Formats: sequence, C-alpha cells, structure tokens
Amino acid sequence: MALSAEEVRHIALLARLALTPEEESVFAVQLGEILQSFEKLAALDTSDVEPTAHVVNVADAYRDDVVSNPPAAAELFANAPAVDGTHFRVPKIIE
Amino acid sequence: MNELLELTIDQAAGRLASGDVTSVQLTQAYLDRIAATDTAIGAFLTVSGERAIADAAAADARRAAGEGGKLLGVPIAVKDVILTKGIRTTAGSKILDSFIGPYDATVTARLQAAGAVLLGKLNCDEFAMGSSTENSGFQVTRNPWDQSRTPGGSSGGSAAAVAAAQCPASLGTDTGGSIRQPAAHCGVVGLKPTYGRVSRFGVIAYASSLDQVGPLGRTVSDCAHVLQAIAGHDRHDSTSAPNATPDYAAALGVPVKGLRMGIPHEYFVAGMQPEVECAVHGAIDRLGDLGMQRTELSLPHAQYAMAAYYLIATAEASSNLARYDGIRFGLRENHGNGLLDMYRQTREAGFGSEVKRRIMLGTYALSAGYYDAYYLKAQQVRTLIRGDFAAAFAAVDVIVTPISPTTAFGLGEKTADPLQMYLTDVFTIAVNLAGLPAISVPCGFDEKGLPIGLQIIGRPFAEERVLQVAHAFEQASPWVGRRAEV
Repeated sequence: MALSAEEVRHIALLARLALTPEEESVFAVQLGEILQSFEKLAALDTSDVEPTAHVVNVADAYRDDVVSNPPAAAELFANAPAVDGTHFRVPKIIE
Repeated sequence: MNELLELTIDQAAGRLASGDVTSVQLTQAYLDRIAATDTAIGAFLTVSGERAIADAAAADARRAAGEGGKLLGVPIAVKDVILTKGIRTTAGSKILDSFIGPYDATVTARLQAAGAVLLGKLNCDEFAMGSSTENSGFQVTRNPWDQSRTPGGSSGGSAAAVAAAQCPASLGTDTGGSIRQPAAHCGVVGLKPTYGRVSRFGVIAYASSLDQVGPLGRTVSDCAHVLQAIAGHDRHDSTSAPNATPDYAAALGVPVKGLRMGIPHEYFVAGMQPEVECAVHGAIDRLGDLGMQRTELSLPHAQYAMAAYYLIATAEASSNLARYDGIRFGLRENHGNGLLDMYRQTREAGFGSEVKRRIMLGTYALSAGYYDAYYLKAQQVRTLIRGDFAAAFAAVDVIVTPISPTTAFGLGEKTADPLQMYLTDVFTIAVNLAGLPAISVPCGFDEKGLPIGLQIIGRPFAEERVLQVAHAFEQASPWVGRRAEV
C-alpha cells in the first residue's frame, strides 16, 4: 500500500530532502511496495531473540591517545564550499 | 592486445623481478589499454596517469635497490568510494563531484606501501547503492562480455576494468554483494573478506556494520596477493579485527580432498536461469570429483535476508549520509531562507534517486513508531540468519551456492522497478548480515556466452579455506584464461 503524501513529506523533512512533487508521488508508491515486501518479517516470532547490531566481538577498541593521522587543514578547507580563513562560512543561523 | 596485459600478478612480479620488464612499461601498457577501451566500457571515473607513471618509476627504483614483493610495481585501480590523497574521490555522487581525498584510506596506503601503482578510480553505483552501476551520478559502465548489459554493481567499474584487461586487479567494496555479483557478471574473481578483516578507515560509508573492502582479479591467486597487502588490524578502525593475517598464497594448491561442502537448498529457487543452476550443480560435481564431501543442508531463515538487509542497510545509510549537508565538503545549494533550506536543497540537488530512496526508507524505518517493527525486528532476524550459518558450519567447511539467479542483465532492464533490482542480491546479502568471507569464482557461461559465478562461503576469518577451495576449482576449470573481447 502506498504511503500518504503527508507521510512522504514528513520523512523527507526528517531526512533533510526537498523532494519535487513528482518524486513525492513516485516514492509514495515505491516505498509502499518495498515496505510491503518487508511485512514477511512480522510472521517470524523474535520475542526471545537478541538483536545483532554488528558481528564484531570487540566491545571497546581502545588505543593510545597519539596523533597518527594529523588533521591537514589546507586539504580539508580546499574541499569546503565556502571558507573564511580557518572557518567554514554558513548561512545566518540566529535571527 | 599487448602480451603484458595477459600477465597474472605472479607472472608480472616474476617478469619485474627478472628485469625483463619495468613497472613503467607495464603501467604504460595499462594506461594505453584504458585510453583505447574506456570510451566503450566506462569503468574509470578518474585516470591518474601522471601519478601512475611516478608510482611506477618509484617501484622500479625500489626493485633496483633490492626490494621485492608480489605487488611491487603492479598496477591496480580502486573503487571511487576509497579515499586517495590528492586524487578526486566521488563515491559516484554529484554531491562529491569536486572532492579531493585529503588523506589516504588505510587500504590505499597499504597498497602503496606494497609498491602497487595506482591507475585510477573506478565507477560504481552512487555511494555503493545499487546492483548494476547504473546509479552512478556520472556515467554508464558496460559489461565487457556484452556492452548492451550492465557489469553488475555496485563495484561494476572494478569488475569491468579487470574483465577488459584495463588493470590486473582492483579493489571494490561489498555491502550486500557489491564485489561478488559484478565479479560473477564480468567473469572475474571477487572476494569479500570477513567483516573486520580489512580496515574501513577512509572508505566512504554506506552501511557501516556491513561494508567491507576486498579484491577483484582475474585469478584466485591474484586476489590472494591483493588481500595479503590490505588485510590486518588498523588502529584507525575500531571495528578492525585484531586477528593475525595468515599467508594466503600458502593456502593455494593445498588438496581439498576430504573437505566438506554444504549445499543449502534455499539457494536453488524457482525462477533461476536454468543455465546458472546447471553450471552451479556442475561446479559442485567437479568439487566432488576433487574429493570434497557433499552435504545437503538448510539455512531456514534465508528467505528473510533481503528484508532484513534492506532495513538495516538503509537505516545505517540514512545516518551515514547525514554528513552531506553542504557545510564542510561537497556541493552546496543555497537559494532559500537559512540553514534548513540549504541542507534540503543541497541534498536534493546532490543525491540521485536511488540514494534518496534509500535515505527515505532508512529514515522511515528509524522514525518514531516504526523502530521496533522494522529496524529492531531486522536486527533480531540478523541474529537468526547468523545462527543458521553457525549451525551449518558445525558440519561443513564451506557452503557453496550461486552468486546471482541470472547472468548479467540489460542496461535499463531493471531501473524502473527498485524492488526487482533489490531481488538480484538475494544470494549474496545473507553473507554480509553474518559478516562471513565469500568468493565469487567463474563456473561457466550461459548460451549467450555470459559468465556465471559460483559462491564459496567460509567461516569467520577463514579466507584461506575459501581461497583454497576456489583455487582448486579454478585449476580444474577448462575456461581459465577465457577473456572478454573488447
């Protein structure tokens, strides 16, 4: 079943996407179909099953507090869309 | 074709060591081959020719100074989700169109330390999301065996480049089959290592609990050599495993007689292309002829893997891709009123439709009211799938299946229906959920002459066993050396 236009817009806002009206209507149908295909999971009883977040058996990976990959300011700022000296320029946030 | 392009890594290393050929000559042969063929194939997003020749000259100098090594002076290309310092790295996305790697990924640095020569960066589905490389924001990659077909994906450039003899080996990444499926569709070998075996530091993230870097090459031995160079613990990746790295080449040639292979009946489904099923059964018979014992088994939760995978992967992706906000790197679009509009316009303009679709799906699965029913449920099912494999591996050494239900499909054939595209991953995704090593090795051709891949799955950190069985199979296969004509 397709998602409602309202649901699609709500998710797009959460995801910080500005979808076109065409995308909204296509995604409503496609996401509905995909989610419907996931419904088969509901048939499985998992009430006693622990979730697996990842398969690594390491809980905490500590390392010495040593700089080994030093920040390269020039290379990093070179990739920024707008820079002022050693700052990233952004639109005004506080009115 | 220049005979240098036919060399395996073992052969190339031998010729380089004897002084019969230099790395500069070998590298130039591959750069010429790329120049001659890539207009048709479209595997490369960036060819780093000057850098390659400089790397090659440095490798020649190292050899002249007495250094050796299988990869010293051997050209390699890497998928464009892997950071390369000073070289454009896009992840196949317009949002990173002009992004220059500020540092090397650990795998890039390790290849360099081994003396490999970087030829360039390979096309892929945007942020590795896709099964055909058609989701690249930049270009189509064509299958060298039939240019009207896709190479598979998401590491389609990595597979096509090897198949078209544009490089002897490449790196790809595999989150749900993205090394193995294109390797199968392009008739090359591709290995997804155990999760944690290879560092993810400097690899642009798609789904962090599933992503893993691995090699593609013409032969099992070539993949073993590349894995040897990139595997091992990395303090920069907290999910990197502390396990010692074995000598992978030493596993090749060890007889497989007496090893037990499991055949899960869930991986032989209705609707499979009959030639694929036939080729895989033939491969199982051949492994039997080599003395392996065959056991039928069941992986009962296999049918739930696709749903669990697409929920977990998209949830992780929706979080990972939040960083593309137009502030610190990449594209910025700002035609509105303030920060929120800037975020939304930047992401709308920079991401392609499959990436948006997966971000939407993942955001939905994590949103209030749906978390338990979708994301948590998928993680519980992941536990069951992992348990299926653990139970199976109590009785067998490897599990043998097809890689894909069909051979390579046509360009544009599945782009209109995302669900149909997702189903092409049905045989590869469970391996990622369980974090296991698995290889794709060619096992025949269909009536159209398109290659078919065999999947050999191992226990966690048993890459040696997977390579051993794949190598034994390869050596017993009559089509070794058969190349796509480009």
